[in-house]
Amino acid sequence: MEWTSARITRTVKPFVFLAALAPVGWLVWAALTGNLSANPLSDITNETGVWTLRFVCVTLTLTPLRRLTGWNALIRFRRMAGLFAFFYGTLHLLTYVVVDRFAGLDFPDGIVAWATVRNLAASVVEDIGKRPFITIGFSAWLTMVPLALTSTAGMIRRLGGRRWNLLHRLVYATAVLGVVHYWWLVKADISRPLWYGVVVGILLAMRIYWARTRSASKVAGIRQPAGSPSV
Amino acid sequence: MLIKRPSDVRSSEITDKKLYLNRRDFIRASAVALAAGGAGLLGAEALVQAKGAPHGRKLTGIKKGVIAAPGEKINSWEDITSYNNYYEFGQDKDDPARTSGKFKTEPWTVTVEGECNKKGVMNLEDVLKGETLEERVYRHRCVEAWSMVIPWVGFPLANFIKKCDPTSKAKFVEFTTIADGRQMPGLSSPILDWPYREGLRMDEALHPLTILVVGLYDEVLPPQDGAPLRLAVPWKYGFKHIKSIVKVKFVEKQPINTWQEQNSAWYGFYSNVNPTVNPVRWTQATERRIGEFFMRKTLMFNGYGDQVASMYSGMDLRKNY
Repeated sequence: MEWTSARITRTVKPFVFLAALAPVGWLVWAALTGNLSANPLSDITNETGVWTLRFVCVTLTLTPLRRLTGWNALIRFRRMAGLFAFFYGTLHLLTYVVVDRFAGLDFPDGIVAWATVRNLAASVVEDIGKRPFITIGFSAWLTMVPLALTSTAGMIRRLGGRRWNLLHRLVYATAVLGVVHYWWLVKADISRPLWYGVVVGILLAMRIYWARTRSASKVAGIRQPAGSPSV
Repeated sequence: MLIKRPSDVRSSEITDKKLYLNRRDFIRASAVALAAGGAGLLGAEALVQAKGAPHGRKLTGIKKGVIAAPGEKINSWEDITSYNNYYEFGQDKDDPARTSGKFKTEPWTVTVEGECNKKGVMNLEDVLKGETLEERVYRHRCVEAWSMVIPWVGFPLANFIKKCDPTSKAKFVEFTTIADGRQMPGLSSPILDWPYREGLRMDEALHPLTILVVGLYDEVLPPQDGAPLRLAVPWKYGFKHIKSIVKVKFVEKQPINTWQEQNSAWYGFYSNVNPTVNPVRWTQATERRIGEFFMRKTLMFNGYGDQVASMYSGMDLRKNY
């Protein structure tokens, strides 16, 4: 049998999928075996957050990388990378809700009570409104929700390529908000968020550059070959 | 696209069961390898967990239970010596435990300067001369909203100040941490203006709760906790508890502490634990005691208000945070 691009993808995909689960697998293992720090709840919050940003970066890297290398198979991993960003982002949000909000509640009627649900909701809403870096972080997660919901082939068909592409440019906002969220929470050393900022900056700059050269060539009357969605 | 019908599959093409089982093993092994590879990606930010400091030298002649923390569960040696903010040894909590192992604390001298009559360089032995070491179990509240309960061993800073014989012009005390680039890898990052400096008002410095710490759990203080000599001021945020002190200077004007200099909107000079003032981006109203899930309400002056609040009567603590 020939090693077609599709077949390579089919073979490789499960392994990539497992590798993408490794960070959460490692976190669960480390938490269960006491291999996190003396403040494991803080470790879990930090790690899920950082992995969200990493997967957003990976997602944004695939299109330019494909363009530079001509390796079209890369596009077949983009949805998976994006959904993993959403997966880690959701874990990060849930960790915050449980570890930062739920754990700080008063329980006047005991833990299993309607008051707990109400107070938790109020606490989360208040915090998102009050602390700017939480506002930004929550916004970053929100921008991923429509992208995850419209990630299926059926949704792409229903929306149509053009509208789908337009919608999925929201991921640029996710990346920028994610970096700002990280930046605003560090105490002194901004070098780590700065690095993510540089990566996101380069990835977005490449797109701006290509969009300009494309519109310039359009003006010159050169037709672009029809391609797949180009987020 | 050609879809193979079942009849197209010849019996010779059906995978032998033995190979099929091997294939499963192969997948399992690959999954493990990939997982390991993925974990390797964690790179510099990996939580390579530092273990606590090895148990070192016992201190003797300690007066036990001078100040206890009734009803509080004391944090373990491992917690206190593996989860540290000591940026000179690196910024992650486990960095100090990993990078301070060879830190030299002997010989150690403390330079005494400024508005006092006994200026000069003191050996650590002279600093300790005549002191009775006391065990004091203090709540320790970090500005990052976590806390521990720590059995410090030390003696009142007031005793040391008396030895220095400050003049009437001495209104504040400024402390400086050692900055030795050969021993402290964190100094290569210019995130703070090294060396680290902290200060106290004279009445705060002379307060009986304020101590110079030389030990922990009846043992010599390990480097990651600020050996050989650090400050403990339990009603103030942790960053005021300056570590590895090499200089004490008596001054007339209020000094600027390192964190205040780095970000004066977030960190003030006093930095008293105060659940109602939130200059930082996170809340100071609650804290997580290391080892617990549910958070606690942070207490004004970290619960030491009865002893210290009178020093600040008439001061606007919203301004003087």
